[in-house]
Amino acid sequence: MTKGNLTRRGVLKTGAVAGAGLTLPTYLRAQDSGFTNAPTGSTVTLGFNVPQSGPYAEEGADELRAYELAVEHLNGEGDGGMMNTFSSKALKGNGILGKKVEYVTGDTQTKSDAARASAKSMIEKDGAVMITGGSSSGVAVAVQALCQEAGVIFMAGLTHSNDTTGKDKKANGFRHFFNSYMSGAALAPVLAANYGKDRKAYHLTADYNWGYTTEEAVKSSTEAMGWETVGTVLTPLTQTDFSSYITPVLQSDADVLVLNHYGGNMVNSLTNAVQFGLRDRMVNGKQFEIVVPLYSRLMAKGAGENVKGIFGSTNWHWSLQDEGSQAFVKSFGTKYGFPPSQAAHTCYVQALLYADAVERAGSFAPCAVVEALEGFEFDGMGNGPTLYRAEDHQCFKDVLVVKGKENPESEFDLLEIVEVTPVDQVKYAPDHPQFAGGALGTCNNGA
Amino acid sequence: MDAIILQILNGLDKGSAYALIALGLTLIFGTLGVVNFAHGALFMIGAFCAVTLSRLLSLSHQVAVPGEVDFLGNPKMREVPYAYDIFGENLGATIIDWAVPLSILFAIPVMIGIGVIMERGLIKHFYKRPHADQILVTFGLAIVLQEIIKFYYGANPIPTPAPSAFVGSFDFGALIGFDPGTIIYPYWRLVYFAFAVVIIGAVFAFLQFTTFGMVVRAGMADRETVGLLGINIDKRFTIMFGLAAAVAGLAGVMYTPINSPNYHMGMDFLVLSFVVVVVGGMGSLPGAVLAGFLLGILESFASMREVIAIVPGINQVVIYLVAIIILLTRPRGLMGRKGVMED
Repeated sequence: MTKGNLTRRGVLKTGAVAGAGLTLPTYLRAQDSGFTNAPTGSTVTLGFNVPQSGPYAEEGADELRAYELAVEHLNGEGDGGMMNTFSSKALKGNGILGKKVEYVTGDTQTKSDAARASAKSMIEKDGAVMITGGSSSGVAVAVQALCQEAGVIFMAGLTHSNDTTGKDKKANGFRHFFNSYMSGAALAPVLAANYGKDRKAYHLTADYNWGYTTEEAVKSSTEAMGWETVGTVLTPLTQTDFSSYITPVLQSDADVLVLNHYGGNMVNSLTNAVQFGLRDRMVNGKQFEIVVPLYSRLMAKGAGENVKGIFGSTNWHWSLQDEGSQAFVKSFGTKYGFPPSQAAHTCYVQALLYADAVERAGSFAPCAVVEALEGFEFDGMGNGPTLYRAEDHQCFKDVLVVKGKENPESEFDLLEIVEVTPVDQVKYAPDHPQFAGGALGTCNNGA
Repeated sequence: MDAIILQILNGLDKGSAYALIALGLTLIFGTLGVVNFAHGALFMIGAFCAVTLSRLLSLSHQVAVPGEVDFLGNPKMREVPYAYDIFGENLGATIIDWAVPLSILFAIPVMIGIGVIMERGLIKHFYKRPHADQILVTFGLAIVLQEIIKFYYGANPIPTPAPSAFVGSFDFGALIGFDPGTIIYPYWRLVYFAFAVVIIGAVFAFLQFTTFGMVVRAGMADRETVGLLGINIDKRFTIMFGLAAAVAGLAGVMYTPINSPNYHMGMDFLVLSFVVVVVGGMGSLPGAVLAGFLLGILESFASMREVIAIVPGINQVVIYLVAIIILLTRPRGLMGRKGVMED
């Protein structure tokens, strides 16, 4: 019997090194490929980080439906949806760079810490090479920063705060959705045309990042049109009954109420405002009006009849008649039985844009993808000609001004498009004061 | 002056909801000694009773609309409620319109049933456990209940309007000599306040003027002695749990036209309702009602722009500040009894 070279110390050393190697996060083990989670087999894993619980769970469910549809189309299943109308023809329906697309999902819970934890888990445990999704700016900013550190690409879902591509922008992050500035710039001329230039506005604003940027954007755009802002009040995000915030509006000489609220806040504040008869009032000799800068069809449903005739803006709407929108609505509607939301649209488009960028770059390496997306101009995705601006990774495209429909024909038919605001009207310089601070930095390949 | 009257009115309807929830909480705490964190979920389930009945009454079948197509190009279908087929279009539409008030009749047996099952099935096993255990189990139950509701009804708020006769607002200012249009108040909120007063009155009358109520009050004061007299106090307390659940449920039913119900609405009220109970005095029914209205009115005043301009952020903390002040000056709350939660 021989002892060979096996010693107690040797076993311990080998064990310790092997153990340390195994416990390292996946993305740190992929050093030889030069970037985090480089796909090595015949598949590539994408991470869909959407709210599956919490107040935005319905929006999250619609985002997930869209991602599943995108994965189907990328893998050559189904009717191909917007891949057929997309101006870039790099995608072939054989996965991404020939690798079959697989996906993992995480639940953001619409909480920054939970969203970071689920994104981290998808990167470290599941080997996701790209993270996408979300329905809140707080979450988007938090996950974007995490992806930058980890060296993966982040394709934001529904996030409307200026900060996502403003002071909190990151080189590895990209936003297709529009932002607060664009809402203000698109809405103000329509409001002035419909309600006149001599108006006094009162803002109720959700007390968090998105609320602040939306108030600032709408305020500055409407003031530039001649409106006066007579009051701005921050309301707690947890507020459910807004009556005590609505009644001071009755006491002011405001003739327009701007509700910088989203989701449940919007449903409740709008319902309360209508209950208090604001829309039946005459102030300063004018009909009192209410404005909701960011509309979501899914949320508008909760406010029922109260949305009728109220102006707002949206990133996309299923009733658009362009070829891309129709292809997506047909594909989504056939699979799920109802039209997609704007959240579903932006997520589907982001998934396709990422896949296309990888194909064009010929690599999954984040810095190669960043290069392919920066300055990329495309069409056929439902918003007309669009540019992914290199300076801040924000998409520039037309913005829809919508109004609550007076006579809806179905539960999905709540909004009507009033105007498609041309992209030139919502463009701004990368160093615009509303986007000041922060820097894109350099892309990070991770490992 | 008109601003002050408006905020008092606002506070009254907000206080009505706090008072109704806190009344049930105190009733359960006073009788069973249980700190019930699932009470907000009962308020939410009550609201969903209204949603359910409204959906049941609106159940419909599809009729093709000739010559029109839907978004996918298929023949367009129109929903026709069965109520129209059964009662005729006019009466059917009226029944659907009155779904929320009709839900009161639907919610009472449902909520009593849920309350009794909750007490017999789970909570009774925790009577002799520490309050921390009771809080954990009832909080867990609340999360389970809200997840069940979310599973079946989704996460988005569901609009459940008041009958069209109560839509709109009432010019209260014109009635009391102010300029027309200065003090406007929605009809349904006035209905809610009146409803809360009736329910609170009915609960007090039930406890004060019935033999059942007398025994319950005796049990609240000294459970052991009442038991020694041969009275099955446990059975009565179970019924009281069902009653408290019904009060919370009815508060939820009538609240649906004020704010579209969602699965989370119970949690939104729960914490504030506990503050109301503590400020009112643990185990004190009049204290719970008084504190409910008081804190509702204070919260309304703190939301005024003029007040926020002087003390920024006061709207978010006023209730807790007042609770601290009251508990520092009156440790048993406004109307708390000696010996409750003090052993």
